[in-house]
This record gives sequence, C-alpha cells and structure tokens, in this order.
Amino acid sequence: MLTIAQKNIVFLVATLLFCISCKENKEEQTTEIITSNYIETEIPVYNFNDLEPLLYTNKDKIYIVNFWAMWCAPCVKELPYLQQLQAKNPDIEILLVSLDFPKDIDTKLKPFLKERNISSKVVLLDDPDANSWIDKINPEWSGAIPFTIIFNNETRKFYERSFENLEDIENEISKNFKQ
Amino acid sequence: MRPEHGDRKGPPPHGENGERKGPPRGGLPEETRTLEEIGGYMIGDTAEDFSLKNVDGSMVSLSDYKDAKGYIVTFTCNECPFSKLYEDRLIALNNTYAPKGYPVIAINSNNPSNEKEGFEAMQKRAEEKGFTFPYLVDEGQKLYTKYGAVRTPNVFLLDQDLKVQYIGTIDDNSKSPEDVKVKYVENAIAALEKGEKPNPSTTKAIGCPIK
Repeated sequence: MLTIAQKNIVFLVATLLFCISCKENKEEQTTEIITSNYIETEIPVYNFNDLEPLLYTNKDKIYIVNFWAMWCAPCVKELPYLQQLQAKNPDIEILLVSLDFPKDIDTKLKPFLKERNISSKVVLLDDPDANSWIDKINPEWSGAIPFTIIFNNETRKFYERSFENLEDIENEISKNFKQ
Repeated sequence: MRPEHGDRKGPPPHGENGERKGPPRGGLPEETRTLEEIGGYMIGDTAEDFSLKNVDGSMVSLSDYKDAKGYIVTFTCNECPFSKLYEDRLIALNNTYAPKGYPVIAINSNNPSNEKEGFEAMQKRAEEKGFTFPYLVDEGQKLYTKYGAVRTPNVFLLDQDLKVQYIGTIDDNSKSPEDVKVKYVENAIAALEKGEKPNPSTTKAIGCPIK
C-alpha cells in the first residue's frame, strides 16, 4: 500500500509527465503543419446533421464530396485521382467523408492518410441509421460506396461509381461546370 | 495532448454568414448508373429460383424448402466489414425464423476468383462463424444483377410464392446490435404472418459494392 505522501509524489510525477507530453505533442503538431501538406491533424466525427451543411454551397466554386472508407477497395483506388485533381486545381474544395469506424481514427485512419499524403479535408460520418439519411443526400443512391457529389451553387452531379482516372473526373467537371 | 477523436465541432458552413443553403438547387441529379439502370427486382416482382453451390458442396435451390413460408435471401460476403457486423445477427435470424418457415439463404456474389471471397475462403468463413444456413457461391456473378443487389449485406425477403416483399437492411444500426431500435426484416416477416404488406418495404444502408 502507498502512503499518502507517496501517492502525492506519484500524482505529481504523473502530472509532470502529462504536461511534458502535452508540450511535445504541440511541438510535433506545429512541425507537422509546417513540413507537410497534411493540415488536417484532427478528424472530426459528424452525424448527418453536422455533415449536411457541407453538402451545399451558395458559391460558384466547385466542391467535391467523396464518400469512402479504408475497407472499400474501389474507394481507395480512386483517392489518388482526387489528390491529383486537387494538386492541379487548388480552387476546387475536396471533402473526403470517411465511413470508417471512429475507433480506428487514431490507429488506422490517420496513418493511412499520412502514408498516402492525402491533403484534403477528412471528416468521419458516424450515423448508423443510414436509411434515415441516404435519401436526403440523393434518393437514387443505393448506399454503396464510393459515392461522389460534385456541386456548386447551380449544379449538382451524383456519381455512384468510382472514377477511372484523373481524366475521368476532369471530363465530368468540364462537361457539367463552367470554369 | 491530442484532442479526443470523439470531439464534435460544428462544421463550418460553406455559405456566407453561416447560412445553410436549403434543398439542392440547379440541375436534376445525374448518375452514371441509376438503380433503374442496374435493374433488379421491385417489390411485388416474382423472384427467379436458382441452383447455386453451397459451402458443403451440395446444390441449393429455393424449391428445396418444401415447407417454407418465405425466404430471407441475403447477399453478403466474407470481407466487407458491414457483412461481418451482421454475421451473428444473420445466424440469430436463421435460428429464430427457419423453424417458423423463413430460412436464411446467404449468397456471395463477389467474383470467386478473388482469393478472399472465393469458394474456399467462403467455406472457411462459414466454418469459423458456424453458419447455420447455406452460404452459396454465385459463380458467373449473374444472380446479383438479376436481383438488383447493389451492396453487401442486402436482404430480399420473398414470400411463399417467391414474390419480393421487402428489400433492404436487417435493422437500423449496423455498428451496434445493442442500439438497434427497428428490426426491419423481423417486422417484415411479422407483417407477412399477419397477411399484411411490410412497411417500410425498402430500406437503404451503407455497404460494400459487389465486385
């Protein structure tokens, strides 16, 4: 059994360690932002109501919202094409909506994004009653992913399929949107 | 310390003044492949019987079930996380409803040449989980397009005459069985038992594409 004094010391040491680790992490985060494109160090977890405003805009710039997950092979395959598009067109706003599990954010999702140098904004949609929100996004959507919305204030296009390559996405944009 | 990932912040709205843009404006939705184009069964259509190989090597058809009052035909697979989340619930469904005349018949329509989804992998999965229902391989991948299964898992509840009575998900919470509020398939069976139409007759869910 520990005496009260010993307990206090343990607590003090623990607090100190805790503070040091805070500091280290902060520094690490700052360096991360400076040295890499990967600005999104935090991945917010949203329900559908949180997400919905991000699916609309009153601006004429182009937004792309891509529903994906690490477990979905065709989704993972098309991520590089979205990254290429982003690199060529910094004005296009890309949002990756991950349907992965919240418990995997730190252990799997962040390393996955880092490894692939994914610089787009990522949010995780955790709203299990999908039947209640799939139709609100698009009644034609079956719920299979990948699923992508390309939109601005005038036009909305839905894609329940994966993109074949960068040109495929570029064609869809040039065909449907004035730039 | 990094913030907890469960931390919810309100999303920054894209619109100015934080105003949310209402319902979609502009052109009609366009898709490359709509549900209509994929085809498949609608509620009330009569489903075709099939003869597919089970993990035990036998061939299974709906007509083998002489006393069935209906069939819980479920497109699923080995690897999809959403399919895995529902494996135990499928077993439970079969154990409860097969004796009442509504057996579960699980079908894997993924390309069997995919090592992780092929016949041997299916046999292994069925054994590991102790499936109490047939797990059939859709060689040639023809059945899922006929049914219009678009993702896994996807249930087609057929009545005695093979009429499609319900299409969709098993319940309203894939991730957490203990938080389920609505059991769609069980409710649909209860409706059939009362001679009523299931309501809802279709539901959607996030799932894996069949490939």
